[in-house]
Amino acid sequence: MGGGVCSFVGGGMSVALQLNDVTLGYERHPAVHHLTGSIARGELLAICGPNGAGKSTLLKALSGALEPLGGQLAWQDCTARDIAFLPQMVEIDRSFPITVFDMVAMGDWQRSGLFGSIGRRAKQATFDAIARVGLTGLEDRLIGTLSGGQMQRMLFARLVMQDAAILLLDEPFTALDANTTEDLLDLIAQWHQQGRTVIAVLHDFDLVRQHFPRTLLLARECVAWGDTQETLSALNLAQARHMVEAFDRDAMICARVA
Amino acid sequence: MYDLFLAPFVEFDFMRRALVGTLALALSGAPIGVFLILRRMSLTGDAMAHAILPGAAIGYLFAGLSLGAMTAGGLIAGFVVALASGAVARFTALREDASLAAFYLISLALGVTIVSLRGSNVDLLHVLFGSVLALDDATFVLLAIIASLTLIGLAALYRPLVMETIDPSFLNSVRPHAGGVAQVLFLALVVLNLVGGFHALGTLLAVGLMMLPAASARLWARDMTAMLGLSVLFALLASYLGLVASYQTGVPTGPMIILAAGALYFISLVFGRSSGLMRLWRREQHLEG
Repeated sequence: MGGGVCSFVGGGMSVALQLNDVTLGYERHPAVHHLTGSIARGELLAICGPNGAGKSTLLKALSGALEPLGGQLAWQDCTARDIAFLPQMVEIDRSFPITVFDMVAMGDWQRSGLFGSIGRRAKQATFDAIARVGLTGLEDRLIGTLSGGQMQRMLFARLVMQDAAILLLDEPFTALDANTTEDLLDLIAQWHQQGRTVIAVLHDFDLVRQHFPRTLLLARECVAWGDTQETLSALNLAQARHMVEAFDRDAMICARVA
Repeated sequence: MYDLFLAPFVEFDFMRRALVGTLALALSGAPIGVFLILRRMSLTGDAMAHAILPGAAIGYLFAGLSLGAMTAGGLIAGFVVALASGAVARFTALREDASLAAFYLISLALGVTIVSLRGSNVDLLHVLFGSVLALDDATFVLLAIIASLTLIGLAALYRPLVMETIDPSFLNSVRPHAGGVAQVLFLALVVLNLVGGFHALGTLLAVGLMMLPAASARLWARDMTAMLGLSVLFALLASYLGLVASYQTGVPTGPMIILAAGALYFISLVFGRSSGLMRLWRREQHLEG
């Protein structure tokens, strides 16, 4: 199965993303190996797998920040501007003196750019986005004073501001309580209804089974990709664990290079 | 009071020149310092200041104490070290701070050697500590150009720089490469200001008028806007007070200006409203919610 064709979008749905034998990695060591498949426009997809399975690497490549080592990865009818990417929380400098409002307003970049003023409409949109994630009243707080949950809500508000057709979320619910997770899942469901394509890296299988119709189970190679209930079978999960543990540090040049 | 604070500037042309020159430096250097601090590049500014020395010294070797030659030499040396240390950090195991430290130590030794090859100790002192009381028209114009370029440049770079500092991956996702471009242009502005500062305050002290007011402002200000405004205010105040103190006591001017900025820094350290030490001692009652 590994490296083979895992998923193709059924007839009648338009393809948003086509992956053709994609290999991703750093310094020639592949983190994701020979991945082929496609993602439909408006799909709500979870990417699951053990630590080191290449989930974040795949998301990075989907966002355009990482060039594939091999194969083709092509978004259909969309540019980098249509993609909003939420990386893991650790990369944000929380000591920087900036308010919640300004941070959320950053999401307006594609319209306001270098010099454009944040006009009345963008201002209202910022307040609305902050309200949508339940942070009303905290607009003037510095980001360093926010709790972990409030921080993630703020970043979701910025995603709302970006108003992108495709949303990539890297472990968006890690270390969040049930209440916050529920609110943010509600927002994701709304995005799904609006026809946006949402792709999220997640660890909580129960949450994925409840809220995500489709799943890609990754263990450096595609283990299974398709309907969530079938993909997350006990057999597939066991295989995923086994495949990552077998990772070879002194790997030879891959014989499967086309 | 008049004799103390105004008379020196009313009576002496060179004092008025020194004041205007340092005010220009303060106006552009302080906001640069704010960005250096927030981007955790405080020591980068220091290293770059040293790195400029051999370039200026080579200019001096060829043309004596010539403004054009020393400025060009300083700019070239500054850019070379900035780019080279960036490249070393990127392609080897050394981090940017280690590679900068290596480059600036070599530069400093090289610079002092070159100056002493030809010049007297007086010239060396001029290069190391500047000559704020002997600013000629050409230096004036140079400082004014640098200040204008810096303010325009910082306005253009403001959003990408702030975004790249807080959340580099976000900026990279909405505008790939903008972060790298902003970083290079920002370093260019840093070099430009250090070269300007070096004519007035010398290579070693030029960075003081950038960092000290910015660090002081961080202790008072809650947000970025206030920090920028306060840093400029502190830098202007330090320039003025330093000039007055130097005139009244006969102590060299460059060090006196930096000492004035240092005094403001210590005051801020204790009384700074946002994060000064007094805050710990006062132990304000917490609010209800």
